[in-house]
Amino acid sequence: MTGHSKSSPLPTYFAVFFALLVGTGLTVFAATLDLGRFNAAVALGIATVKATLVALFFMHVWHASEKLTKLVVIAALFFLLLLLGLTMSDYATRPWS
Amino acid sequence: MLLTRRRFPLPDSTAIGLQHEEEHRPELLHHFADEQQQRDASSLGMWVFLATEVMFFGGMFCAYLVYRRWYFGDFGAASKSINMALGATNTAVLICSSLTVVLAVWAAQTARKKLLIGSLALTMLLGLTFLGIKGMEYRDKFVEHHVPGASFSFDHEEIPGHPGQYANPAHAQIFFSLYFIMTGLHALHMIIGLGIFLWLLIMAWKGRFTPEYNTPVEIGGLYWHFVDIVWIYLFPLLYLIDRH
Amino acid sequence: MSMSALIPQPVERENYLNKKYGVWSWLLTTDHKRIALLYLLSITFFFFIGGFFALLIRLELLTPAGDLVQADTYNKLFTMHGMVMVFFLLIPSIPATLGNFLVPLMIGAKDLAFPRVNLLSWYLYIIGGVMMLHCMLTGGVDTGWTFYAPFSTNFTNTKIVEAGLAIFITGFSSILTGLNFVVTIHRMRAPGMTWSRLPLFIWAHYATSIIQLLGTPVVAITIVLVAAERALHLGIFDPKLGGDPVLFQHLFWFYSHPAVYIMILPSMGVITEIIACFSRKRIFGYHFVAFSSIAIAVFGFLVWAHHMFVAGISVYSALVFSFLSYAVALPSAIKVFNWTATLYKGSIHYDAPMLYAFGFLGLFTIGGLTGLFLAALGINVHVTDTYFVVAHFHYIMVGGAVMGYLGGMHFWWPKISGRLYPEGWARLAALIVFIGFNLTFFPQFVLGYMGMPRRYYDYSHMPEFQVLNVLSTAGATVLGVGYLLPMIYFLWSMRYGKPASDNPWNAAGLEWKTASPPPTFNFEEEPVVTWEAYNYEELDAPHPQEVPVAR
Repeated sequence: MTGHSKSSPLPTYFAVFFALLVGTGLTVFAATLDLGRFNAAVALGIATVKATLVALFFMHVWHASEKLTKLVVIAALFFLLLLLGLTMSDYATRPWS
Repeated sequence: MLLTRRRFPLPDSTAIGLQHEEEHRPELLHHFADEQQQRDASSLGMWVFLATEVMFFGGMFCAYLVYRRWYFGDFGAASKSINMALGATNTAVLICSSLTVVLAVWAAQTARKKLLIGSLALTMLLGLTFLGIKGMEYRDKFVEHHVPGASFSFDHEEIPGHPGQYANPAHAQIFFSLYFIMTGLHALHMIIGLGIFLWLLIMAWKGRFTPEYNTPVEIGGLYWHFVDIVWIYLFPLLYLIDRH
Repeated sequence: MSMSALIPQPVERENYLNKKYGVWSWLLTTDHKRIALLYLLSITFFFFIGGFFALLIRLELLTPAGDLVQADTYNKLFTMHGMVMVFFLLIPSIPATLGNFLVPLMIGAKDLAFPRVNLLSWYLYIIGGVMMLHCMLTGGVDTGWTFYAPFSTNFTNTKIVEAGLAIFITGFSSILTGLNFVVTIHRMRAPGMTWSRLPLFIWAHYATSIIQLLGTPVVAITIVLVAAERALHLGIFDPKLGGDPVLFQHLFWFYSHPAVYIMILPSMGVITEIIACFSRKRIFGYHFVAFSSIAIAVFGFLVWAHHMFVAGISVYSALVFSFLSYAVALPSAIKVFNWTATLYKGSIHYDAPMLYAFGFLGLFTIGGLTGLFLAALGINVHVTDTYFVVAHFHYIMVGGAVMGYLGGMHFWWPKISGRLYPEGWARLAALIVFIGFNLTFFPQFVLGYMGMPRRYYDYSHMPEFQVLNVLSTAGATVLGVGYLLPMIYFLWSMRYGKPASDNPWNAAGLEWKTASPPPTFNFEEEPVVTWEAYNYEELDAPHPQEVPVAR
């Protein structure tokens, strides 16, 4: 893919790289705190931010030349969440166990 | 799409020979109208393939979610016994490798052959490092009898936050089953990725990639980033369940 | 001798069949049309195998006592019947044969986007098929095609892992075919072939491919988990070790329900093409049909737990899935309305493909409506695991999918082979299939409603079921004859059939604008599309308006 901005993408790449490392450190640090039920949310939230950064900037989805790429990503996420969500809706509403 | 009429290249009976009036580089495959179409097809093909991989790993994440919710304490105890430092290091290793991958793609796009080869090689090195660290972790688990199966044992491990309560070994075994299957499949994808990058390295060495033609590097990179993203989720879910 | 040298022989035009001869030119081909034929042969072979098991099942059920085979053997019979028919016939059937052949032709492309991946798909199918055959010959599987845990993981000692591996490999064949179609349809349409001008066959295959891509990986990982659990007693699905068997069912049905839409959507695509052609009308509500295909693909992923209403899911979850299962019927119903509206005031021609289409319309409607019965929680409790369910899904899969497959084979046979099949025999065969089908499966609705359980080899506790069972078996024999006839006369036609023109049906669609059979690269010159789909008014006008594509 030829980039359509004349400026170099390198600063963005390094910025994302540092953000990813910081995010990793943050996740580890947050895991050592007692946040109760929010530990999981924080960990998954940071992971999602990291994954989003990788997808948008390293995988070039942000500057994707086509909407189709974004559609494929969104579709995959949608069906994954469907699998997880609807399955958990069974487990979460069972009055036993 | 423009409503122009494009002539197909003349079909010829030898499958390999290219006897066309138009000049095009040998990487253009016969059934595509032009290189742009081939590039777009390859790129879409890889993205669609990654969507299938999302669902493949997704099934395991589903099983994981169900049991984590049911057996949070037992999972917490099991999670504590795997090495967080190694896991975090591996996360950093993969993040570095994703950087070297984007550098490789950029190098291919800007005709920087040395940087391309160096980045590809460095990516592979980091990938091997990841696998090496994983191997160390697996060996630790083997020694501690945490590998599911006949010799599994997880007795007398306290549930974090509940002193005096001990984890149910059967539930812990479920954790370790999911741990090994998820990280094992991830490692398998890593190995395949190394194979792909070895091929890219050889092609780069031979000078096959130019600013006009570097699609394999790009789509190989997409695959690698995906494997990185899976690990980005595996790390907190497996290693950081209950560390306080 | 010397005389023959003086008589000018007509030169047979070069086409994809005669371009190259020899086994290797077929086994190493990347031509989508040849690959389609490779699939046709293999799928027909597995159709026979699955049919053979069906025959044995029906023979056993002629009498209430279990007197033909032992119970364990019977378990293997219905398991292998299901596995072969689902994974090696129905899932690939239309996409791998008609889809592979027609998708590039219909959109004006020279081949699929990834021809070598297409060949790999076939080899994966063959490898999986050979493994499955070996598994069946060396003991088989007895869990039912649904291989529920913990029976499949902990208790049975039949060849689960081998069968699972076979299905795993064949699953990749399915995924790669889906990937090829999606990329091809997005990237390789000819100039002027906009999405709204695509034949609805293409829309149907696009929707099917989405399901193949997103659903199959989940059953793949399920098989991995089952194999691991079997080998190591992990406890993922074993209640004694804290596992949940219902989780297996969630993961299994997440794929296996959308899988039934993989089986029916392509058939709907075929029916749409046939109904338009033999009514000489453009399809009523083109966009409704197109978007319904996509809606079926998406909604199909929302309903899987309707297979689990009595398995132990929460009642609130059951309510949600029941509601969604009603909703999924809507796009299918929309299609039935649109087909009916297309027929209305059309100029109907009762050629064999159209007979199959009519059969489809009636049988699919019955199958679909009985699906609504099953979606109702109250009725479901009574008819689950009875012959009602068996009849329901056979109406859709055989009355729907297989009818569509046969109709499509007849419709496109001139294009594929360059020959016409004998129309008289074809109409007779269609009638025999229709009669045989209803005789086989309608009694099963009644049996199920009366309470006959499925997967039982012995119903001597309720001997009053016998009459209907005998009817069903008789019907199965008739159905078998109906299936054999096309195989015979298609083969006959390859040698003795009348040569076909480019467009013997005067049908709309790019595939009819090239020779029958087509040249290897499909078109002499890349087509440029300037007309709408289903332009039957133009085709039937005394002087066709459109500029014919140069051949």
